[in-house]
Formats: sequence, C-alpha cells, structure tokens
Amino acid sequence: MSLIKRILFFYWEGFRSMTIGKTLWIIILIKLFVMFAILKVFFFPNILKRNFKTDEERSKYVIEQLTTKTK
Amino acid sequence: MEHFDLSLVNWSRAQFALTAMYHWVFVPLTLGLAFIMAFMETIYYKTDDEEWKRITKFWMTLFGINFAIGVATGIILEFEFGTNWSNYSWFVGDIFGAPLAIEGIMAFFMESTFIAVMFFGWNKVSKKFHLVSTWLVALGANLSALWILVANAWMQYPAGMYFNPDTARNEMHNFWEVLFSPVAINKFLHTITSGYVLAALFVIGISAWFLLKGRHILLSKRSIIIASVFGLISSLFLALTGDGSAYQVAQKQPMKLAAMEGLYEGTERASLIVIGALTPGKEYNDNKDPFIFKIQIPKLLSFLGYRSSDAFVPGVEDIIKGEYTYTDKDGNQKVALSAEQKIEHGKIAIQALADYKNAREAGDSAAMAYHRKLIDENFEYFGYGYLNDPNSIIPNVPLTFYSFHIMVGLGFLFIAFFILILYLIYFRSFKINKWLLRLSILMIPLAYIASQAGWIVAEVGRQPWVIQDVLPNVAAVSRIDASAVQVTFFLFFIIFTTLLIAELRIMFTQIKKGPKDGGN
Repeated sequence: MSLIKRILFFYWEGFRSMTIGKTLWIIILIKLFVMFAILKVFFFPNILKRNFKTDEERSKYVIEQLTTKTK
Repeated sequence: MEHFDLSLVNWSRAQFALTAMYHWVFVPLTLGLAFIMAFMETIYYKTDDEEWKRITKFWMTLFGINFAIGVATGIILEFEFGTNWSNYSWFVGDIFGAPLAIEGIMAFFMESTFIAVMFFGWNKVSKKFHLVSTWLVALGANLSALWILVANAWMQYPAGMYFNPDTARNEMHNFWEVLFSPVAINKFLHTITSGYVLAALFVIGISAWFLLKGRHILLSKRSIIIASVFGLISSLFLALTGDGSAYQVAQKQPMKLAAMEGLYEGTERASLIVIGALTPGKEYNDNKDPFIFKIQIPKLLSFLGYRSSDAFVPGVEDIIKGEYTYTDKDGNQKVALSAEQKIEHGKIAIQALADYKNAREAGDSAAMAYHRKLIDENFEYFGYGYLNDPNSIIPNVPLTFYSFHIMVGLGFLFIAFFILILYLIYFRSFKINKWLLRLSILMIPLAYIASQAGWIVAEVGRQPWVIQDVLPNVAAVSRIDASAVQVTFFLFFIIFTTLLIAELRIMFTQIKKGPKDGGN
C-alpha cells in the first residue's frame, strides 16, 4: 500500500472507531459553520478590505481617522 | 477624539473581553494537560505497565473534549480585529502579522498533525512514535501560545518597531527584539505556566472525586502524584515569572503597577499590600485614604519593582503630575513628564502626521522631512494626543487591584496545596482526608478564577491603551454602529455559553464513566 493510502486509511480507521469523538466532531463542524459561514460573512467583514481596493487607500483612510477629530 | 461615542468603545471592549475570557477558559487546560499526558505516557513507555496506558488514555479523552470545544474560538478575536478594531488592526499590521502567520504555519499544523497520531495511533504506530507525537502535541500547543503572547506583549511594550507615516503602520525592524523583549519572555513563561498549574489542579481535583467515590483508586493516586509534582514545580516557576512580570510592569507600565497596588501617592521604601480593601469612590486627588484596611509588608514593593528596598515607586498622582526621577529603557536617569506634557507631545505628533500627509500629497519633500522629524521626536507619546483629560490615563483601580490580589493570593494557596498533597503522599502514605479531597475539587474553579484574574490585571491595567502610550482604545476602534457591536456581543455570549455548557456536560459524562476499560 502506498504511503498516501496508508495515511488516508489511518485517518479513516481513526474516525470510524471514534465514540465520544463523533459528538465532538459534530460540535466542531457546527461551530466552524457558525463562525465562518454566518458570523464572518454577515457580522464581521474586514472593514478596510471591504471598503477599499488598495493598501494606499487603506493607509489614507486610517491616517484620516487618526488625524481627524470625530464630530 | 472629541465627542467620541464612548458606548461604541465600551461595547467593543466588552465584546473583546467576553470572547477573550471565554477563549481562555479552554486554552490553559490544553497547555498543561498535554504535558501531564506526555509525562504519563513516558512512564508507560519506560515501564510497559498497561495501567499507565489506561491512565494516559483517560486524561487524553478529557484533553480531546477540551481541545475540540475550544479549538478555533480564538479566531473570533481576529474577526473582531478586522471589524471592530480596524484602525488598530491596520496600525499594528506588520507586528501582529508575522507572529500570527508563524503560529498558523508552524505550531497549528504541527499540533493538528500529531494530534491525529496521538488519538488514532494507539497500536497502529510504534510506541516510540506515539510518545513522540504526544510530546509534539504538547510542544505545538505551547508554541501556538508563544506567538499570540508575543503579540500581546508588544501591546504592553512596543519594542522592535518603527512607525511609517506613509502607511500609518508600525513596521518591524527587529524581529528578535519583538520576540525576546523582556516583557514577551516573562509573559509567555508566566502564562503557559499558569496553564500547567491549572491543569495540575484539574487532574488532582478529578482524581480526588474518584477517591471520594472509591473508584479508580490506582488511576487517581498515580495521577495525583504526577500532577502534584508537576503542579508544585510549575507553581514555583509561576511565582518566579510573576515576579519577573511585575518587575517589567514597574519599569514599563508604572500606572498599571500603581493600580495593581492601589498606590495613589508614590513613596520611597514602598510597602507591598498583602491584603486590603480599597476606599470606594476614591479619586486620585481627593486626599482620602485609599484603603479602609490593609495588611502590608514594608519596603517589599520597592524591592520587587526596582530591586532596591529604598527605591521610589510612583503612585497614580505622581504619574499624572510627573517630575519624579525614573530610569528609561536605555538605563538613563530621566525626570518624568506630566500627563499634560505628554498630551501636548501627542498632539504635536498627530498634527505632524496630518501635515506630513498634506506635504506628501503636495510633493513638498522639505516639509515632509520636517514633519517626519516631529513625528519621530514625539511618537513615544503619540497616543496621549487623543486624550483631553490627564485623569483618563488612570485604569480601573479597584478591578485591577482586586484581580491582582486574588491572582497572587490563589497562586500562593496553590503552592501550599501542592506541598501539602506531596507531604501526605510521601510522609503519610497517601492518607488524604475527605475534607482535603473535597478541597481538591474546589481548587479547579479557583484555578480558573486565578487564571482569568491574571488576564484582567494585564488588560484592564493597561487601559486606556490598546498599545501602551501609542494608541488608546478611542483611536483604535472602528467607526461602526454601536448597536451592531451590541448584537454580536449577545450573539457571542449565547454561542460561547452553549459551547461551555456542551464542554461541561460532555466532560462530566466522561468523568463519571471513568476510563474506557474500567481500570483499577
């Protein structure tokens, strides 16, 4: 058996023989889904990346933020 | 930052604190339990005693539960950087980017690769390879912590960087200065060791529960021996690194030290408060006694903070008024500026940044050089320029003071506890009374309280700064709607509480079941 097959088999067997691990994997997957597919997408955009195309624009914006008093 | 919406800052801070504190519920157990498992498996490897394998596997299961529920909770902090703290995120980009990238590439992959071998590899890989994998998981987990703690240490003491006014970013000029700054070294060692102590108390507490129930006696006794030796060594080292951290705070963040000790008026031969109650509503200049009562050790604060029992320790009032002598980072004696003078310097730096930008847009290189020089000369106090009231450099004294004393008090309690347990093991043939077994269980929540209190001291004591002296939270926060932050605050509260309940339920079920194949 090739090395890659052996590694895949190792993981497959490991996951298959899990008991408590199955519940944990479900929790991990739900958690990652909530974090990346819901929170990150709908609630936590990277503001500077979203609003500006280049680093120069971002620098300019932050300098304005840092040097302009907010009213 | 006049007329700034403080509710936005406060909600953003509250949200970050909530996520960081919940994240820190999961992390320390991972850091310490990984090493305890590695020690146990090493004994199994050396002795071939199947009971040690059973013991290792039992604690490995609890480690797995904690790891699985806690993994990736820290990523939410990075989400918050990009959304709620975008100015900060941009301002520190390069300093944070490098350590976090190394964390992602090196430690995380090392950890996650070998964790699979650790869980799936029993009887499938050689004993030696399995043992090496367990040790690498422990090292990987601790290396992960290194990089984020280096980044946090930089926020306490921004070393190894310079500010580039063209990009408004801090750029690293010396990676080693960032990595090996004395604050970073102490912070890393102190923080990971606190995880070791917590894990040791966790193992002892659960083993004590088994002993109370009369179950898994051999597993419990062996676990207690390993955990109490590991715990005692770790807790002594924790005290040592705690002293190192406090020394660094005295040199680099004197206001934090003053808050930690409730020291309003500086003095030579300053006493260390062992226990005390602060006067409610105390202001720094109201001439009220800061304490309702206190027990103190004369001269000890001077000695611990400055390695001389006669040294002057500045209080809150001195730091605001200035004019006391201190030694700067290059070892030169200097007279401290007042907060008002620092605010002046900060405003010059901010104005110079604005003028530099205009000069750059106008292509006026002479003006650029002039303003650049002004920025460099005043950048040390850049963050003060956003403040209008000198009082605003005072952190929440009661919260910092009580958190610090709870942390230190519990730290010494843990040392005494480990010594007592080891004494009973070696000189009283393991005769641990029922009350001590119950106390051992109580030590688990106390360990978590001490651990959280440590972070409160580090972070609340640094306020109002996000980066000490350079960037206050009002300048670091994104201009977004405060209500959006409120919504996500409660969202996180629900998610993290659910995760914590899930962890506790699964953990308790697993503990009640005990080792998979019974054991002794």
